[in-house]
Amino acid sequence: MKGRGPHSAAPPLPLFQSSEERWVFAVSASTTTSKSAGASAKAPRGGTRKNRRPGWWLPYALLAPAVVFELVIHVIPMVTGIWMSFLKLTKMFISNWGNAPFIGFKNYAVALDFNAAVGSGLLKSFLITCAFTILVVAISWGLGMAAAVALQRKFFGRGFFRTLFLVPYALPMYAGIIAWKFMLQKDNGALNHILYDNLGLPGDKPFWLIGDNAFAAVVIVAIWRLWPFAFLMLMAGLQSIPNDVYEASAVDGARPLRQWSAITLPMLRPVNMVLLLVMFLWTFNDFNTPFVLFGGSQPPAGDLISFHIYNASFLTWNFGSGAAMSVLLLLFLLVVSGIYLIIMNRRSHRA
Amino acid sequence: MTVKIRTFAAAAAIAALAITATGCSGGNNNSPADGGGKTLTYWASNQGTSLDNDKEVLTPVLQKFQDETGVKVNLEVIGWNDLQTRIQTAVTSGQAPDVLNIGNTWAASLQSTGAFLPFDSAAFDAIGGKDKFVKTAMDTGGVPGQDPTSVPLYGLAYGLYYNKAMFKDAGLTPPTTWEEMAADAKALTKDGKYGFSLAAGSYTENSHFAFINAAQNGADFFDADGKPTFTSDGIVDGIARYLDLMQTDKAVNPSNAQYDNGTQAINDFANGKAAMILSQNNADSSIASQGMKNDEYGVVAFPAPEGGKPIATMVAGINMSIFKNTKNKDAALEFVKFMTSEATQATLDKSFAALPVLDGVTPSFTDNAEEAKTFSDIYSNKSKPLPLVAAEDQFESTVGKAMNQMFATIASGGTVSKADIKSALTTAQQAVEAAS
Repeated sequence: MKGRGPHSAAPPLPLFQSSEERWVFAVSASTTTSKSAGASAKAPRGGTRKNRRPGWWLPYALLAPAVVFELVIHVIPMVTGIWMSFLKLTKMFISNWGNAPFIGFKNYAVALDFNAAVGSGLLKSFLITCAFTILVVAISWGLGMAAAVALQRKFFGRGFFRTLFLVPYALPMYAGIIAWKFMLQKDNGALNHILYDNLGLPGDKPFWLIGDNAFAAVVIVAIWRLWPFAFLMLMAGLQSIPNDVYEASAVDGARPLRQWSAITLPMLRPVNMVLLLVMFLWTFNDFNTPFVLFGGSQPPAGDLISFHIYNASFLTWNFGSGAAMSVLLLLFLLVVSGIYLIIMNRRSHRA
Repeated sequence: MTVKIRTFAAAAAIAALAITATGCSGGNNNSPADGGGKTLTYWASNQGTSLDNDKEVLTPVLQKFQDETGVKVNLEVIGWNDLQTRIQTAVTSGQAPDVLNIGNTWAASLQSTGAFLPFDSAAFDAIGGKDKFVKTAMDTGGVPGQDPTSVPLYGLAYGLYYNKAMFKDAGLTPPTTWEEMAADAKALTKDGKYGFSLAAGSYTENSHFAFINAAQNGADFFDADGKPTFTSDGIVDGIARYLDLMQTDKAVNPSNAQYDNGTQAINDFANGKAAMILSQNNADSSIASQGMKNDEYGVVAFPAPEGGKPIATMVAGINMSIFKNTKNKDAALEFVKFMTSEATQATLDKSFAALPVLDGVTPSFTDNAEEAKTFSDIYSNKSKPLPLVAAEDQFESTVGKAMNQMFATIASGGTVSKADIKSALTTAQQAVEAAS
């Protein structure tokens, strides 16, 4: 599990605009994230051997730091991880990796044997993560969109609300999640206090961080963390829609809902396309939220896959097996991202 | 003009790159050894009432070592929930301390990584000889028949702590069998107080009681070849018995399922919220820090069920290991010798409420002669060592965390049947087998 960095990487930046006028993004979510590598390696025009202009090497020099860091931070750990997945890298060999025997696809066979304990645990965790991702991305996007649209028109106090909504995004992640952890305690947490002591719900106070409620807890905290990002991106996207369009449609008698579906949504399409992909990748890979929220022992209902793989590696010192699971996760995310991009690009050609 | 600007920009970019490159290589140099043999890094486990308390106790001791030898010791105290992972990371990366504390139950597991210095006869001579240690404690140092990779530092044993006043008010006497203990716990659960407090969310404590309860039933977690045998009836019954304190006897507050360390249970006991706890003898310092006096509680051996084997604890304790790749081997051995010397032990045993690991030394952790006698008796006569096999730590993490989930299920209103226990143990066993 070397190189498992924080998953809160910087927002994706458009690298360059290709000839088809499509944005190509380099998504950097974690080591297990799809890459549109190679895009940046395109040689600049005019680099022919005959008449090199002075300073022809400058683009390369400027790219060099990025390439080096890409190699050091992403490519090398990824290749190391893939190599590890073919080794029997247990604690007998961990202090000297060179001696670990090569065992081919055995780690993969164990991880994919859904009838045995290891495989069925992975499958369950995968399904929980799918449900978690769908809920978190959909609700975060919905909240972000609602807030962005609500704050689109100028009114007194708009700046205040915009800032307020961005607070969860600006807070240090660990501090925010630890605060949630306190609020979700059974006996003296704020949530149970409000629900049961103040609002007087009947029955016993439930646990939120162990048992089945853990799923709801991790979904809520993840949404809290993610939606300001959707809000920020959509708000930025909305700035680029000219006001004239709304005014014209209002003259034609369009109501706000119709304006939203006929103007806002289509005009935000490029933003949404990327936003949803990035949110999907971040959420599916989310490690910090369950790690900080649940601490050492993961409740089965909140068994997200990144943390599951971490546990699978560290509980039994079986790092080869953990690496194999990571590679499987990487393949899954690559395939999903690839299909998504292909479908989206086809549609935009038709449009 | 443009050319000049470009050249300047390129030069700046390259300079920036060069700076980061050297920055990276600079970062690798902060490893423990500074080559001079004058500094050691020491990872201490959490023995006192808090990490800060450990620091307060150890700092003057380490200062004394520095005064005597000129070797400076950089101390880091690490909590129990993190210690195992930190050691694993250190073994994996090679970025390790010179000397560290380990739970003695992990000794055989850590030995099998080959990352720790074996104490051969020369090394034993350097720290004052193997014979200075109590044999029971020394036997936990590693796999039998090999040079051990750890030596005992603190001796610990589990005992059943009970609140004297609460027992007296209910007309009860300290239990001598499991059945009596469960009945007492039920009788004492009333008026918002509970008969028992358990660290039910702590995987290390849970795995210890899985082991002790199974041992009372005569069951072992590993066979003679070191292969896991987690699913035998004796083990399932033992775990079920322990869970039933919360599940059927309802003598444990369900909130205990979130107690991920022993101190939380100890605090409940010291504050009169629970009549009994199961804890190692280092609970004494935590209880005192909460304001409960030594004569307000008593300790007896954790009782076995009628007809069961009289095993009340595993041979618990803390050992000291030296990382093989230390650049200060001599200083590290010197430090181990200092920490296991009679003078240092006397100081630390008292502060951390530990049993002596040195032969012929009388317990000094409490002024209460009766309590000292009880713990010495448990440690010497009613203990069983955890299996000295390479996969022992995997037993603790897989079985212990499975039990965390069982308690969580019970606490949130579900039931855990023996079939559920067996299937969870099967899963744990398969995970251990897959890694061996």
